[in-house]
Amino acid sequence: MPMQPASTEIASRAAAIIDELKDLEGPLLPILHEIQEEFGHVPQAALSVIADGLNLSRAEVHGVVTFYHDFRARPAGRHVLKLCQAEACQSMGSDAVAAKVKQLLGIGFHETTRDGSVTLEPVYCLGLCACSPSAMLDGEVIGRLDDEKIEEIVAEVRS
Amino acid sequence: MIPRIYIPGDSGALALGAEKVAKAIEKELAERGVEAKIVRNGSRGAYFLEPMVEVATAEGRVAYGPVKPSDVKSLFDSGFLKGAPHKRWLGAPDKIPFLAKQTRLTFARCGVIDPLSLDNYKAHGGLKGLHNAVAMAPADIVKQVTESGLRGRGGAGFPTGIKWKTVLDTASDRKYIVCNADEGDSATFADRMIMEGDPFVLIEGMAIAGIATGATKGFVYIRSEYPHAVATMNKAVEIARKHGVLGVNVLGSPNAFDMEIRVGAGAYVCGEETSLLNSLEGKRGVVRAKPPLPAIQGLFGKPTVINNVISLASVPIIMDKGAAFYKDFGMGRSRGTIPIQIAGNVKHGGLFETAFGLTLGEIVDDIGGGTASGRPVKAVQVGGPLGAYFPRALFDTPFDYEAFAAKDGLIGHAGLTVFDDTADMLKQARFAMEFCAIESCGKCTPCRIGSTRGVEVLDKVASGIEAEKNLALVTDLCNTMKFGSLCALGGFTPYPVMSSITHFPEDFKPAPTRVAAE
Repeated sequence: MPMQPASTEIASRAAAIIDELKDLEGPLLPILHEIQEEFGHVPQAALSVIADGLNLSRAEVHGVVTFYHDFRARPAGRHVLKLCQAEACQSMGSDAVAAKVKQLLGIGFHETTRDGSVTLEPVYCLGLCACSPSAMLDGEVIGRLDDEKIEEIVAEVRS
Repeated sequence: MIPRIYIPGDSGALALGAEKVAKAIEKELAERGVEAKIVRNGSRGAYFLEPMVEVATAEGRVAYGPVKPSDVKSLFDSGFLKGAPHKRWLGAPDKIPFLAKQTRLTFARCGVIDPLSLDNYKAHGGLKGLHNAVAMAPADIVKQVTESGLRGRGGAGFPTGIKWKTVLDTASDRKYIVCNADEGDSATFADRMIMEGDPFVLIEGMAIAGIATGATKGFVYIRSEYPHAVATMNKAVEIARKHGVLGVNVLGSPNAFDMEIRVGAGAYVCGEETSLLNSLEGKRGVVRAKPPLPAIQGLFGKPTVINNVISLASVPIIMDKGAAFYKDFGMGRSRGTIPIQIAGNVKHGGLFETAFGLTLGEIVDDIGGGTASGRPVKAVQVGGPLGAYFPRALFDTPFDYEAFAAKDGLIGHAGLTVFDDTADMLKQARFAMEFCAIESCGKCTPCRIGSTRGVEVLDKVASGIEAEKNLALVTDLCNTMKFGSLCALGGFTPYPVMSSITHFPEDFKPAPTRVAAE
């Protein structure tokens, strides 16, 4: 049975990444990060390629991928908004911030808006604990969230 | 001399708008045709004043803050390049009370220098410790670190020198230095600040550790939530390699040491040393049973020093100024300085490096200035998500490993989260269990199952279902988790839970009683 073109392409791009990184000591996490960077998620089709490349079983690779919160099974929205929900942010009202963002976007945590514009995720500490409540939008850090900043963020991800 | 403007590139400052301020300053310089050099320094840690912009004048540095982009035009108009008065004027940064009261040993350069200028680093005393170390016998370096009294700043407080001695004394063809930069505890940001603000001090500390123990390879495992720290450390390692600080001949000596930066993947438990090692090896971040100690069988089964960022970053000054100098600070068995991170609902939040021994009350009320909301302080969680909640009644506890342990608490990585009187301690206790359930690696039952059962039982308490009986059950469960878990995640989750129950019993009364009591 011929393989789907998409998976052959994934396999060849994944193989190139594995080739480049496999000589590192303990190469699996760096490889998974690169794969996620390349595809926006860790595609199923890449798992057996990684397993072959590193002489692991596919189950071992699957076990590692699913252990870590960062690795996605499917692509995220165009933007990823992470709201800190840890104690320092809780003391400054992160619950209310999350409720407001959820209401404005119409989604809950670990969900993506139907138009694919944004994925909302909780995060447990961004190290911005003296600037709570905090968030990260596509890798950019935002502190002391208030209604004005929340509305700005929502407008930005919607545009 | 062209004027120099310092605008922090630290994540905390960026989160408060430092990038926009930098853009506004660049634009203003261009429009006015003024020449100036912009340095993106780290943060000095007074986050209530960030973004804090500094200018170098003939009389020294002058700080302005917190600067908003809309202030920039008027700053130029009033002549801030010469240090002139302005509504944001703060004067000499080291005279700002929050900073003037500190004893900066580990963080001496953080926020002062250009983080990626090795010359700047050397001009401020950098590499002196490493220069001394390459001229010494490994055992003598270990002896000096042991005598300094330095204890692991990650939370466990294990004597650093003793750990190093075990690795030195274990024969092997290969040894490793692993830096734990998986700073996942809420209220802590000291590791992030030093990696972003003074990365060479960590590199220097790791190189010294390598020479002291015979390890030739180092890894820094940084959490993925810290992209700026990862970027700065990667650049700093490149620079250090290029200038012979790392490589086959460290500072021209016969000692070889090189290192790599690795990025975590969002698992809190990887801050636990053995699961961090598994993660570095490319496995699930599952905790390992001890023994064997990582010092004997660590990364890839080889003898491994695994230290926190601040422990390693404190080594250069010990090797520069001597064990006695460092040991002179502190109290009891807690020697040297500790970077206390004051966070949460607090007026003057930030990093405060000081000798051990200040009381919790002094830190929260005098230095932190009380709550940001202006309401009374109800509780302070010390030591991150696994630390105990302390009420005002315990504010006389001195900041010291043993003193906190005696009050059923821990100082952990020295982060403090302040809560005002709107905090619901039952909710906080439930969160501690919930967080443990989310982050448990799943290897041991007390942590994996206990945390989920803990959430359920606390929910029953909240709903007023047999509150007394269920509280007794939580206490029993906490006892099992404390003594039956493999690592600190399950073992310490009882601290926030039990301290909430013990010190704030009114929050655990059944709902009707709580309403009636109000």
